[in-house]
Amino acid sequence: MMSEEIIKDVIIGENEDYIINLGPQHPSTHGVLRFEVCLKGETVKYLIPHIGYIHRGIEKMCEANTYPQIIHLTDRMDYLSAHMNNEAVCMLVEEALQVEVPERVKYIRTILDELNRLASHQLWWSAFGMDLGALTTFFYGLRDREHILDIFEESFGSRLLHSFNTPGGLMHDVHPNFQKRIKEFITYFKKKLPEYDQLLTGNVIFQNRSIGIGNMSKETAIAYGVTGPSGRGSNYSCDIRKIAPYGAYDKVQFNEILETGCDTFARYKVRMREMWESLSILEQLVDNIPEGDFTAKMKPIIKLPAGEYFKRVETARGELAVYAVSDGNKSPLRMRFRTPNFSNLFVMNEITAGHKIADLIAISGSLDLVIPDIDR
Amino acid sequence: MSSNIYDFSTLTGAIHTWLSGMMPSGMVIFSEMVLVGLAFLLMYALVGLFLVYFERKVCAFIQNRVGPNRVGPYGIIQTIADLIKLLMKELIPIRKSDKLLFNLAPYIVIICSFLAMAALPYAKGLQAMDFNIGVFYIMAVSSLSVIGILLAGWSSNSKYSLIGAMRSGAQIVSYELSVGLSLLAIVVFAGTMQLSGIVESQANGWWIFKGHIPAVISFIIFLIASTAEINRGPFDLAEAESELTAGFHTEYSGIKFAFFFLAEYMNMFIVSALGATVFLGGWMPFHIGNLDGFNQIMDYIPSAIWFFSKTFFIILIIMWFKWTFPRLRIDQLLTLEWKYLLPISLFNIVLIAFIVLMGWHF
Repeated sequence: MMSEEIIKDVIIGENEDYIINLGPQHPSTHGVLRFEVCLKGETVKYLIPHIGYIHRGIEKMCEANTYPQIIHLTDRMDYLSAHMNNEAVCMLVEEALQVEVPERVKYIRTILDELNRLASHQLWWSAFGMDLGALTTFFYGLRDREHILDIFEESFGSRLLHSFNTPGGLMHDVHPNFQKRIKEFITYFKKKLPEYDQLLTGNVIFQNRSIGIGNMSKETAIAYGVTGPSGRGSNYSCDIRKIAPYGAYDKVQFNEILETGCDTFARYKVRMREMWESLSILEQLVDNIPEGDFTAKMKPIIKLPAGEYFKRVETARGELAVYAVSDGNKSPLRMRFRTPNFSNLFVMNEITAGHKIADLIAISGSLDLVIPDIDR
Repeated sequence: MSSNIYDFSTLTGAIHTWLSGMMPSGMVIFSEMVLVGLAFLLMYALVGLFLVYFERKVCAFIQNRVGPNRVGPYGIIQTIADLIKLLMKELIPIRKSDKLLFNLAPYIVIICSFLAMAALPYAKGLQAMDFNIGVFYIMAVSSLSVIGILLAGWSSNSKYSLIGAMRSGAQIVSYELSVGLSLLAIVVFAGTMQLSGIVESQANGWWIFKGHIPAVISFIIFLIASTAEINRGPFDLAEAESELTAGFHTEYSGIKFAFFFLAEYMNMFIVSALGATVFLGGWMPFHIGNLDGFNQIMDYIPSAIWFFSKTFFIILIIMWFKWTFPRLRIDQLLTLEWKYLLPISLFNIVLIAFIVLMGWHF
């Protein structure tokens, strides 16, 4: 739709538009992303995302590393969903080797998934409020996120990039306080989550800024491959936890959150409701962690049999798919990640056209972009 | 008025007599002007520094934080340390910028706030210039600062700055109307534009209490519109950190940035002081009708304390706005003014004129 105009304006150079660069260093791009935005007054005509400022060649690096080493690279893609990224590679290896991991591992992994999702959504809420100019949200969100990071720190010694998964299980067993701390957190956060609504959700300025902004129809979401909470805000049922359950997700009762609003506010509501849903999943799992080993018996050197392998998980931002080709060696011949943010980013041009520049920030906030995940 | 124990005119009169004994009358006027100028300069710096500290503590309180607490007891010297840092920072020259206008803009902004401060009554008998068009004068000079902002945005040769400046222009020009009309409401009640006259007219009760509901409405409109006029959140579109990095002062550094920063805080002080003077009685103590005993006790509190506590009450409300609400969008901002605040203000003025004509107010 926009492409002819873009070719005429930018490539041929008949460009008399007012073009501004948002990024690569800008307070609201949450990293080194650059938008080349064409404005008419304050209205966005089109925008071109420029990526690659934090490209590290993770996929290429995977080809030179063994599978246990690859796990440490996946942390660095979507650093806010580090655990889910690790888990995807681990499960890929486990499936390829047909290793049955102990039940305890599955439960703990699922608990960590949900804790990680909560921490990620808390940070998103904080930053989203700040994008819209409500600066206090940032401190509320980070205050509560600290509790989750403390649980992580106690068990694995790191707070953000915890490469706690290994093929076959976990690095070591969780801390004895693990269950107690999570139960404390659930009671604490159940009291704090309504505060989020009081501060932001019901605010009339916030609703005016988000309702009807950045409409993304279900067809658009599917066409661009928008997944995760952003896709579910457009009523697109894409939750991998439901479609292809992994870990202990088949043993818990939870709903896939869908909203029909298709706008920024719908995407906001999906994430807010997902936080409640994550709390409920945690409640169901935390008391029922079975006893047992923290890892399955694995060979010291992991070699996948020759072939192609594919595994997908639901991260906090959408569907992460891992595809590996092995020739029987200890490192893959080719590794490919389908990261959620890459697809979520490129819908921006479609849904921001015609909105104001302030809405552009709101929309990019509502898509919850993590830039290292786009560039890999 | 029984409260002349704290009348500053005795002090200023004594200084005048003392100076007159020493030098001819022309010199007296000149040295008095210098003294008043120095006093304002000192007060400007002190209030500015305190406001920065106050804002940081208030926002820390709202955000579950401690705020500055390292430099000096409770961090009170923090702003002075920041000021020294800003003074020592390099003034980065911008290539292809309009040098003259770029350097001129911060001074225009800061001079406007200086001019407005001169006409405010700070305490009983403490007012530098008592115009008979005081309200009108303050409105006029405080709206001049938009020229400085527009120049800053235009001369920086930066697209972010330009957008910020254009937003600011649209915003200040629009909200000026509502501020003016809401102040006009009290002018109609008091029958004068002279600020000392408006304060005197509140000796038996503040206008927000005496003026029935229309006075409350115009007070609320004044709060909203003046927050917008001084470019503070939720109306801080001219700066809009998350959209335009820093809006019109993106390209400024060092002391020139500090001028914009200081002027923003002083404008907040000025509109709050104006609101306190016009709606909440200025330096006039809180009096209830004929309760003489109560009124006497209230008179023992110095008038300067009354003035500054009322001013800081309004400043607190304005800060509370900023740290709680998200930012409006530019079209919503203009819609709020032209479709809601302005019609309500106009209707309010008619209502007040009617009340005054019928003599229904106290």
